Amino acid sequence: MDLQDVQALVKDYSATLSTQFQRLPGSAIIVRYIKNSYQNDPIRSAIELILFLFALKYLLSPSYSMQRGGQVELTDEEIDEQIEDWQPEPLVAELTEEEQHELERRPTIVGPTGPKVKLSNGRTVTNLASNNVFNFIGNDLLKERAIATLRYYGVGACGPPGFYGTKDVDMKAEADIANFIGVPDCIIYSQAFSTISSVIPAFSKRGDIIVADKSVNYAIRKGIEISRSTVYWYEHNNLEDLERVLADVEKTQKRKKKLTRRFIVTEGLFEKSGDIVDLPKIVELKYKYKFRLILDETWSFLTLGRTGRGLTEHLNVDPNEIDMIVGSLANSMCTGGGFCCGSKEIVDHQRISGAAYVFSAALPAIISTTISEIVGIMKANPEMLIALRENISIFRAAVEKSDGILECVSDIANPVVMIRVKPDYLREKGLEDGEDRLLQDIVDEVQAGGFLITRVKTVGNSQSEKKAKVVNGKVKKDSDEGHFMPCLKVYITVAHGKKDLERAGALVRSSATKVLGRKK
Amino acid sequence: MPTDPPRKRSTSSIKAGKLASFFSSSPKASATASAALLAAHTAANAQHGLSSPGYSLPTISVSDASTDSQKMLFSPPSAEEAHRIARAHAQFGPISDPGHTYVSKHTEGEVVEEPIQDDPPYYYLITTYLSYLILIIFGHVRDFFGKRFKARNYKHLKQQNGYAPLNSDFDNFYVRRLKMRINDCFSRPITGVPGRFITLLDRVSNDHNATFQFTGKTTETLNMSSYNYLGFAQSDGPCADATEETIRKYGMSSGSTRAESGTQDLHVECEKLVARFVGKPDAMVFSMGFATNSTSLPAIVGKGCLIISDELNHSSLRFGSRLSGACITMFKHNDMEHLEEVLREAISQGQPRTHRPWKKILVVVEGLYSMEGTMCNLPALIELKKKYKYYLFIDEAHSIGALGPRGRGVCDYFNIDPKEVDILMGTLTKSFGANGGYIAAEKAIIDRLRLANAGYIYGEAPTPPVIVQIMTALRMIAGDICPGQGEERLQRLAFNSRYLRLGLKRLGFIVYGQDDSPIIPLLLYSPAKMPAFSHEMLKRKIAVVIVGYPATPLVSSRARFCVSAAHTKDDLDRLLQACDEIGDILQLKFSSGVAGGKRSLEDKVQPPRWTMKEILERNVEDTKAKLL
Repeated sequence: MDLQDVQALVKDYSATLSTQFQRLPGSAIIVRYIKNSYQNDPIRSAIELILFLFALKYLLSPSYSMQRGGQVELTDEEIDEQIEDWQPEPLVAELTEEEQHELERRPTIVGPTGPKVKLSNGRTVTNLASNNVFNFIGNDLLKERAIATLRYYGVGACGPPGFYGTKDVDMKAEADIANFIGVPDCIIYSQAFSTISSVIPAFSKRGDIIVADKSVNYAIRKGIEISRSTVYWYEHNNLEDLERVLADVEKTQKRKKKLTRRFIVTEGLFEKSGDIVDLPKIVELKYKYKFRLILDETWSFLTLGRTGRGLTEHLNVDPNEIDMIVGSLANSMCTGGGFCCGSKEIVDHQRISGAAYVFSAALPAIISTTISEIVGIMKANPEMLIALRENISIFRAAVEKSDGILECVSDIANPVVMIRVKPDYLREKGLEDGEDRLLQDIVDEVQAGGFLITRVKTVGNSQSEKKAKVVNGKVKKDSDEGHFMPCLKVYITVAHGKKDLERAGALVRSSATKVLGRKK
Repeated sequence: MPTDPPRKRSTSSIKAGKLASFFSSSPKASATASAALLAAHTAANAQHGLSSPGYSLPTISVSDASTDSQKMLFSPPSAEEAHRIARAHAQFGPISDPGHTYVSKHTEGEVVEEPIQDDPPYYYLITTYLSYLILIIFGHVRDFFGKRFKARNYKHLKQQNGYAPLNSDFDNFYVRRLKMRINDCFSRPITGVPGRFITLLDRVSNDHNATFQFTGKTTETLNMSSYNYLGFAQSDGPCADATEETIRKYGMSSGSTRAESGTQDLHVECEKLVARFVGKPDAMVFSMGFATNSTSLPAIVGKGCLIISDELNHSSLRFGSRLSGACITMFKHNDMEHLEEVLREAISQGQPRTHRPWKKILVVVEGLYSMEGTMCNLPALIELKKKYKYYLFIDEAHSIGALGPRGRGVCDYFNIDPKEVDILMGTLTKSFGANGGYIAAEKAIIDRLRLANAGYIYGEAPTPPVIVQIMTALRMIAGDICPGQGEERLQRLAFNSRYLRLGLKRLGFIVYGQDDSPIIPLLLYSPAKMPAFSHEMLKRKIAVVIVGYPATPLVSSRARFCVSAAHTKDDLDRLLQACDEIGDILQLKFSSGVAGGKRSLEDKVQPPRWTMKEILERNVEDTKAKLL
């Protein structure tokens, strides 16, 4: 195209544009206004136009640089070459011999779980490794109720609670638990393990503060991690240390203008060590320093307290003083799911922002009705707990002798008796490494004697577990192994007789002596 | 509360079998035989809600069939029996015509085309934005006065005696001022089986949806909302029978985690079955689908690894990715070119700052996206995988059971060997009417996961009744028990999906997703149309799910239909009729015709606005042809 043509075209276009502009109602006023205000000074107009465009560009551009720093410019050939060269690591690492052994030693039960179970190797053993504390698994009344529910509701809910997954029986189960514990409201998640990892990030966000016990369980750790909050750890069950941390936080907070949410997170009955917290003291501290308390009752619900209402009943604390009580319905209750209870506001908030509640299918109806039924049984039969505690003390007395090499570290009321080899003894023998294997040998030995027990298991060799995390400038070891104590675990239930428990205790003791005696 | 369900188990199928065998082997049977056989067949259908051509009648030898001759003639079912049949049909509708089936399958060799996304006229987009603007302004005005005159209601958003509010005022605004207005359309409580029909508990609100009161009445509605793809949500039939037996034998729990002592023979068997079903050497099952993702991703990738994730991936995948500690980047939904771009940059640049090469790259996609109805482009992903050597993780939460000629998910649909995909994950909640999730992969990977997956070590084992529901459903789909039934379910689902989608396109609605996908989002755009659509549907006794921001982009609010094998053609016609009426009332028919709905292939693209009559005439044949 010739230059003239272009010129003509531009002229043509500008002419159309100006006529169109003049056609607009009020255009004359605008032109007059601009002419007047700029006193017919084209240079000034031009400068202001440039300024205006610059301001517009500035406003529209993102506030951070889109260009990632440190990019290396490469040609297509170079990229292709790199792609050719790149060899990924295998998706998973090969199993080591230890790991293979661990997998092989996991028991498989043939048939139902109960006080006595049949293992896949054909042996029938007394089961001291299941959470079947009150033998609800074998309860015929519960089975009948579940079947009646099945015949009305089917099995699956086929949808999340928000989309037609909330059933009348689910609401009933929630109300029953809230009523049982003595708080206004309750929400049920469909897996116990995912409950607390979802509750914590629902409330605590980036910039909020969490103060947690160093020995909290894996699910809590993951919940804290995903919340991206600032974490401060205090020594396990050391409330003086807790107070020190709280005071520190308060001091640093005072300098800041914005008030952030602050939480104390602890377990009621610790999964890893079996001991309980001094709840009244924590509640006192929480009020003093204005923190909210998230209490994980996964292991204490149904097993502590006069009627099984948990740690609050056990230590005579009003459950309404605790902001969020999280518990499991899969452990001692032998159904499925987890719950979080508290005020109505706290529960309602989770119904829209608890990730594992919103994005997961609702609990099957057969489980919901079983939950309601069990709450009724618990209310009516507080004597079950007396029998349970008696069984615990029988077993503990049989396993723990003052001159023996074993000691029970769990609380006296905890039906999960955690037994460890005395550290002094191990040190003396130089057996501190490879304790896991040692305990597994004891478990195997006990199993050969006709009793199924287990030991504390950890997430092994996962890449994410080995990393050290920097929190607030300090390097914190965020690893499951960090505060984990290798222990044997024996689950005491009401269904076992005195003789069985005494025999089991003696067997654990003799097996430990035998296994450790071999390692000289 | 559950009303006392009828406990008495019917014996009609046995009787039907007896009748049939009696006649087939009796030499005297002549003219009446065929009629009675027909009656027997109908009775059998009534029992199972099925009539497959390949369905073989059970045969019982004459010797032990007691001859109750008075039953030989057809007699109408008793009131109790009729009630039972009606109940069974409310959970799973009997097929009205054996021709209403289709095989869900990708035509081999054909390029996987992205479904065309139609856009509404600008007028609708602008009014949608305006609606949100008005809602937000109104919200702020109400807040302004509310905070001054009704401070009590805002107490929880302000700091109180030294405690920061649990909810920030800003975050809560959307929930308080926008979602609250339409809260009655969400979390509607139900009772009974979420099958073909679903029974809602009626509720009213006297305080603008802040609280609800139950009226004590119920409404039975057509269920277009549950993920009951294959119709296994039933309280009768083989699954429920097997589950009942399991509850009697095993109780309600495994009593422990899988790693300690919660592994029972049932779990081992179920894992073998799942592995065989999806075509992988090994598998593991979990008690929750969400946790399957959130615990498995951290177990296989970590620091120094890269996760490349589809931008529309489910929350559980994001949860897991974040926990893993790996670097995360995203690519545009289903955009393979963009994925390639991201891959080229990632591999050539290496890790940020250090430029060290990545340890491994994991591409995470879903088989079928639950809000869009789109499938992942598996053939292209496999092509790219060969070149770029990444590992592929497919979340088949919605596609397992719902896609493919044998119901085995996207691999089956595209006829791709499952070996090509490294990890296949799926849920057991949806197609199988149970609960939980699975991961299937090579044995080495599963062994590693058994050691490193936190959900397996600390999470509860799936309960025995749920496991048996899964196993029975899997066996039915594979044809090991009740041969023919599983196949029929798969083919009915495929037919129903295509039938409804085609009908909606022809009526003039904008729908998203592939033709074979059982998830059909119908675009509403304007926020006010969400509750209006839901209410109008409820008036016509149809339960639908509506989704808006933040689950979708701000402008594209939608209603989502989940098709099930339990629906009959008549149910879908009823839905189409309702959509037709509501579409006129709410001005929802704004498709331009680019995404389909032409009358013949030669036609120009023009807005399709078929009448219901035309659709009823042509839809059945056209559903089975290549959709226009």
